[in-house]
Amino acid sequence: MGELIDAVVYAMPFLMGGLGTTLLVSLITVVLSLVTGVVLGVALIYGPQPVRWVIRLLTDCIRGIPILVLIFAVYYGLPPLGLNLSSFWAAVFALSLFKTAQVIEYVRGAVSSIPRGQMEAAKSIGLIFPQRLRYVIFPQATRRFLPPWVNGVTDAVKGSALVSLLGVVDLMQAINQVIGRTYEPMPLYLLGAVMYFVINYSLSSLSRVLERRYAYIKE
Amino acid sequence: MNYQLSFTQIWRHFDKLSYGVLLSIELAVIAILIGAVIGLTLAVIYVSSGRVVRAFISAYVEFIRNVPLLLLVYLVFYGLPTVVNIAYDASTSFIVTLSVYAGAYLVEVFRSGLDAVPKGLLDAGKAMGLTPWQRLLHVRLPTMTRITLPALSNTFISLFKDTSIASVIAVPELTFGAQWINNRTFRIVEVYAVTTVIYLVAGYLILFGLRMLERRFRVER
Repeated sequence: MGELIDAVVYAMPFLMGGLGTTLLVSLITVVLSLVTGVVLGVALIYGPQPVRWVIRLLTDCIRGIPILVLIFAVYYGLPPLGLNLSSFWAAVFALSLFKTAQVIEYVRGAVSSIPRGQMEAAKSIGLIFPQRLRYVIFPQATRRFLPPWVNGVTDAVKGSALVSLLGVVDLMQAINQVIGRTYEPMPLYLLGAVMYFVINYSLSSLSRVLERRYAYIKE
Repeated sequence: MNYQLSFTQIWRHFDKLSYGVLLSIELAVIAILIGAVIGLTLAVIYVSSGRVVRAFISAYVEFIRNVPLLLLVYLVFYGLPTVVNIAYDASTSFIVTLSVYAGAYLVEVFRSGLDAVPKGLLDAGKAMGLTPWQRLLHVRLPTMTRITLPALSNTFISLFKDTSIASVIAVPELTFGAQWINNRTFRIVEVYAVTTVIYLVAGYLILFGLRMLERRFRVER
């Protein structure tokens, strides 16, 4: 038991550094994907037909391939085509692509759950399109969007473990590095699992609270 | 951009990819079968037991769902053999991991499926004089299976994609095949282009087949 505590005390500074990177990768991914996802999601619903087809095709392709393949494709595949990204940004870019496709689906689901009459009513009182979105559609759609989106943030945190495969020292890679020195895999993997669990469980609990909070909305 | 695409090397080693995609599907099929047994057993236990047992099942579900699959794969392959006296090859280890992973997701699927069986059906079973076991076996489970079919096929598709993670412990599935070719030919762009297409085609073919199955067994409401 004493040895175990020593191992944990020894590992903690490294793991905390890694955890910082994990959180940073997740944060950038979440913010980037939220912005692009909402814009593209709105374009998917209200855009002209060709734009819709392009977005549909892109999201269906991205959702159809594993994140790991997406990460490798971006990291190894773009430099020969003339675009050099560091491993950190390649990973963030790939994760954001994946997450954007998810956010587009959440937006589509949330916005299309708003009755048609709302849009028509907003039109009839003379609001222009950005105003209709801002004052009528978004306030209502947000309640539908928030619970699944917060839950989806856990996917970003879990997905960020894959950046370790590009050599980015995130929590997963920090764990592997410490194991490389101490040859004590089990306690460290369990410790890492607990760390991931704490972050993600808080997020999914928050999602459940939000869901209950907005449960009064009926179709 | 002066990169010359050349696919000849990819076709020469295409057997790595075709073998890989079949192995990916095989891993996903085995995992969902074992996962379904785990999930169904725990779901039935969950709906028919007290708070303590439920807490244990929830702990399993929440733990697996909130930890990255990559970490679980490492834990089972590198970690477990150091504390328990077992030895297994990479494929077996990955199947164990993916099955336990699938089980956690399927408990939730089956649990909500069991809840979604109309109460009137169970009452009707009771009125006919069926024993609790018979009600479960002949009324609740068949209805639940049809209700949960769409969720099951979604789980299967995501498991199929998750098999790519097996490449990190050198299970020769599709992603590993792509890396193998990449390491020997350096045809990076081409190999990932082909791999992506294979994942998409295989994924959508499976999805199409499963949707047909769903339509055949859909519960009319």
